[in-house]
Amino acid sequence: MADHLINLINVSKEYNGTKAIKNINLYVRKNEFITLLGPSGCGKTTTLRIIGGFEYPTDGQVLFEGTDLTVLPPYRRKINTVFQKYALFPHMNVFENIAFGLKIKKIEPKIIAEKVGRILELVCLSGYEKRSINSLSGGQQQRIAIARALVNEPEILLLDEPLGALDLQLRKDMQLELKAMQQRLGITFIYVTHDQEEALTMSDTIVVMNKGQIQQIGTPVDIYNEPKNAFVAGFIGESNIVSGIMLEDFLVEFAGCKVPCSDQGFATNEPVDVVIRPEDLKIVDETEGIFKGSVKYVTFKGVHYEMIVEAHGMDWMIHSTRLRPAGMKVGLKVDPYDIHIMKKVAANA
Amino acid sequence: MRKTWLAYPYTLWMLLFTVIPMGLLIYFSFTTNSGTNTALTWTHFQRFFEPIYLKVLLRSITLAAISTVICLLIGYPAAMILNGSSLKYKNTMITLLVLPMWMNFLLRTYAWLTLLERKGIINSLLVAIGLNRLDLLYNEFAVILGMVYNFIPFMILPIYSVLNKIDRSLIEAAEDLGANPVITFIKVIFPLSLPGVLSGITMVFMPAVTTFVISRLLGGGQITLIGDLIEQQFLLVGDWNFGSAISLVMIVIILITMGFTSKYEREQTGGGLW
Repeated sequence: MADHLINLINVSKEYNGTKAIKNINLYVRKNEFITLLGPSGCGKTTTLRIIGGFEYPTDGQVLFEGTDLTVLPPYRRKINTVFQKYALFPHMNVFENIAFGLKIKKIEPKIIAEKVGRILELVCLSGYEKRSINSLSGGQQQRIAIARALVNEPEILLLDEPLGALDLQLRKDMQLELKAMQQRLGITFIYVTHDQEEALTMSDTIVVMNKGQIQQIGTPVDIYNEPKNAFVAGFIGESNIVSGIMLEDFLVEFAGCKVPCSDQGFATNEPVDVVIRPEDLKIVDETEGIFKGSVKYVTFKGVHYEMIVEAHGMDWMIHSTRLRPAGMKVGLKVDPYDIHIMKKVAANA
Repeated sequence: MRKTWLAYPYTLWMLLFTVIPMGLLIYFSFTTNSGTNTALTWTHFQRFFEPIYLKVLLRSITLAAISTVICLLIGYPAAMILNGSSLKYKNTMITLLVLPMWMNFLLRTYAWLTLLERKGIINSLLVAIGLNRLDLLYNEFAVILGMVYNFIPFMILPIYSVLNKIDRSLIEAAEDLGANPVITFIKVIFPLSLPGVLSGITMVFMPAVTTFVISRLLGGGQITLIGDLIEQQFLLVGDWNFGSAISLVMIVIILITMGFTSKYEREQTGGGLW
């Protein structure tokens, strides 16, 4: 508990009888970059808004350094937010926007000017003080929104899909910048996104959510390599997910074949989900493969080719740098440790 | 091909009911008839700037301004309540607000007569509970009341429509940055609602400053406003030239006010009615 900045304990939120989030238990450590990741409607924004104080949970508790702030209004929390559509005040210029929080705290004008100047330098927009908000580009508005939140030196910065409206290149640049900023300032970032790549790039910890519940919490590497269930596997990166039966320890049957694997501890003949990453399926000669089939489509993806191979009545996605033309007869092979076996989750069936 | 002929009825309408009357108004206000001769003259305008008429103008502006301020003081909170209420309530409240406007303007004003009369409903109630009768009618109070009552929807609706359009996340951003509800209102909500306030002010002030029905009925001839003056010149005195001149002065005054507000609104970017 000692280094837990924020604790969510059994937090639920209902809107007109339907639960947006159910029994969320989550802690955030100091100086951590934590990302809430999930498809739209999974409850990630609701969770963030509860931490920010814009919504109060129907059930459960929110602790900040051990003290309860479940029903504290936002203006009394040491938390600042970067909103999805920036929410910059259109009737104020850049300086007034950034100084808004400081003026309320009745800080001396001289110090305010100093702090605003320094934060503008940090977001690379020095000299923009007098500009009106409408004259700024999307990327610049984004930076001002971040500056407006950071200038208050919050303990926690909440970011609600802050890069959603930017184009790809700018988004990638900002991802790196945000990460660098977080490390330099030592502020805890709680970040909401539906973009798995963004989450993998920036986070120390990823919280995968679906249908109002946490599916998995872990480091990006853990989440990618050891997804806990078929939903996480399907959401993080691309995966071939097929139904199978665990015949015994280290032996699974799927797609009509018995295949050795590295998992154990399931019941005999337990139905499971079998997850194989597209880069772990290897294309070999027809005679050598576990499965036999033919290449259906080929798409060039830059670094690799994405090939869809039809074998044993289903389509397999394969990433490989070696091209096999469509129509070619091939075999597919997979190493035992690249087969991920997961318990069937009823909710995701 | 653009169907410009669709605009013809409108053009005709404008010509018949706006351009020609305006032309006549200008013609009458700058001319004088002596027998069969018509001559150009400034005298009507000079006459208007005599103290007796200026006093009427001043009274009109004062009463209209007081009514506008009262409309704003009642209308702004009303618009906020309207905006804050749930959707189900909202429609009922808007209907209730607009409902009196379905009735004839004269009828609505006559209704106040029966309420305010010496033997009217309010005074009867006062007597019934042992208080003295009040002189509620035929004074400035009654005129202001009539103006506020008749024109307050024109204050509430534009303010409401602007408040309704304020992005909720701006209010959340203010709270996030440490502003309590009072500071949020002063620094964010009110400045952003100014275009609506300005629209409301113009929409209340303009009809209030030119009205003659309200002052006639509720003022009972005791209180002459500029509108009454114009009406008298045309219908009672028959001095169309002087009446036209006063009308023209009023039009200029209104254009100047509108010019000011629309200039301010353009700086504020959008949300207003013009």
